[in-house]
Amino acid sequence: MMKIKTPKNGRIKREIEKRAPKLVETGKKTLILHGTKTSSVLNSALREIYHLKKENAVKYSRRNVDIRPFESGGETSLEFFSLKTDCSLFVFGSHSKKRPNNLVIGRAFDHHIYDLVEIGVENYKSMNSFSYDKKLAPQIGSKPFFAFVGEGFESVEELKHLKEILLDLFHGEVVTNLNLAGLDRVYVCTATSSKKVLFTHCALQLKKSGTIVPRMELVEVGPSMDMVVRRHRLPDDSLRKEAMKIAPESTKKKEKNVTKDAIQGKIGKIYIPDQKVGSVALPHRAKGVKRERREAKIKDEANGPREKKQKHPSE
Amino acid sequence: MAFDLHRQFPSTASSREGLVKEAIEQGTKLVQAVADVLFNLPSTEDLDGPTVKLPAPTTKLPREKPLPKPSPPTKWELFAQKKGIEKRKKDQLAFDEQTSTWKRRHGYDHVNDDKDIPIIEAKMTDEPGMDPFAERLKEKKNRVEKQEKNRLLNLKQAAKVGALPSHVQLAATALPITGTQAMPRKVGKNELQNVAVMASVATASAGKFDKKLPGEKSPKHEKKYRKFLPAVEGSGMGALEKQQAEKVLNKLISKNSHDMLNVVKAVNVYNVKKEKKRRNNEGKPSTRSKLKPNKKSLKKTSKRVSSNKGK
Repeated sequence: MMKIKTPKNGRIKREIEKRAPKLVETGKKTLILHGTKTSSVLNSALREIYHLKKENAVKYSRRNVDIRPFESGGETSLEFFSLKTDCSLFVFGSHSKKRPNNLVIGRAFDHHIYDLVEIGVENYKSMNSFSYDKKLAPQIGSKPFFAFVGEGFESVEELKHLKEILLDLFHGEVVTNLNLAGLDRVYVCTATSSKKVLFTHCALQLKKSGTIVPRMELVEVGPSMDMVVRRHRLPDDSLRKEAMKIAPESTKKKEKNVTKDAIQGKIGKIYIPDQKVGSVALPHRAKGVKRERREAKIKDEANGPREKKQKHPSE
Repeated sequence: MAFDLHRQFPSTASSREGLVKEAIEQGTKLVQAVADVLFNLPSTEDLDGPTVKLPAPTTKLPREKPLPKPSPPTKWELFAQKKGIEKRKKDQLAFDEQTSTWKRRHGYDHVNDDKDIPIIEAKMTDEPGMDPFAERLKEKKNRVEKQEKNRLLNLKQAAKVGALPSHVQLAATALPITGTQAMPRKVGKNELQNVAVMASVATASAGKFDKKLPGEKSPKHEKKYRKFLPAVEGSGMGALEKQQAEKVLNKLISKNSHDMLNVVKAVNVYNVKKEKKRRNNEGKPSTRSKLKPNKKSLKKTSKRVSSNKGK
């Protein structure tokens, strides 16, 4: 005996449908949380990442004792939180003697851990320490530019992985059309060595240049830190294949007002708007003109028959 | 998943002090290169500014949830496909024959409502005394039930494939009935209290030192657990020992009664009975003779086992 349970409220139904898997995915939500012990640097870093991603991020303020992302048992809490908040990206901060200022950035697939990368934060400078003209400050939710400097991002596997994760973390909403006036931020990542990446966030200034393309000027605004790659975990091959599947492009657009018949062939319907029979101004029969003509005729007859215009041979 | 090209490939960088400045310089170069491509794309003027259609993404990022599976066609859809029936778009309004007005197709005040029918003509097949209006309601109820059943079957099929719609959940209301056909009964108040008492006593010290919740009743139990017969027989009850012995003997006898048939005695009993009947038919009232044994039912009554399984 089975019962069909559906939500009685339209609002709840909409929420559930928002969380359902979609063919084409828009942005991922991020969960920011910390472990047993954090340092002030880490606190600041987590807070600023949250501010950068205000709209699609959830920040937990309490400490979580039993989360150890790299150990096999320590991920259950993370997966549970991911399920409850519908977040597939997480940033987990912790501080210990062995790994000071540790930040674990990870992704989830179907609310199970997909991959992880652990970085150490050094030389951290928060947003408040940068002084700049307030008008330049980037808006929340604007699409960023990314600049990856250094050939390490192509060759070193850890840096490749870090690049992918940073892209996923900061690229925001997935869009097809972009408003060029709304570009105001850049994330610059420089690979200074095979393990160290200098990460800064700059605001864009579009200056007038001679051509359509404006001249770019970067002003450092956001947090800047040195990321030291410590550990990382790549996803399983089978999981990776599953996650990289693209939706089959089978949904063709339905052609409207066209029918195909075996007997008559292809027939299309054309809709013509109603003719405004009474209100359109007719070009030739203005009443005033007719009356004038009539009067002129009467005058002429009074004058005499109108002389026909004689054709004079032109000289 | 339209991903924007807003990331650029790197160029070689030399590390030095004042690293940050270097990095920003390089970054500026890269961003300029991307912007060059971006601003040269065909743009449409919008309220806020020029809008550009981005090219297809080059970097693939993993999905966050697996691809949704297409739901299998329902029973009706299969049938329609086979027969070639096409879906037709229906109007919101339809003409109601009963009231000769235009009414909406579904919902409040809809067409073909049962309560609008004033007269139902009797057919030859109708039995006298049956209510055609009630019949209509019954038929509607049956149709609705059938539809619900079919909907459940379709959803089950979808759930098998893994394509259940996201807002629907299938929940089992009762465990499947196996073995005896007894339906799982609802537990009454007294039964619950008894069970609660049993549970409270089932601790190491028989629930004696447990704190009681407000409103909880203390478990009732007899002070004595063994009953002995009184040493001196009082005048009231009379022959308690005899009753005890009788009870035991009856149980024993009934178990083995099939072995112990005394044929002669049985025949005698039968004959006596017959004679008595003859005498009764002549008018005398029949009295029970002391020769006849007490015809108590010697069969054991089977205890009905109440199945408290399930909800």
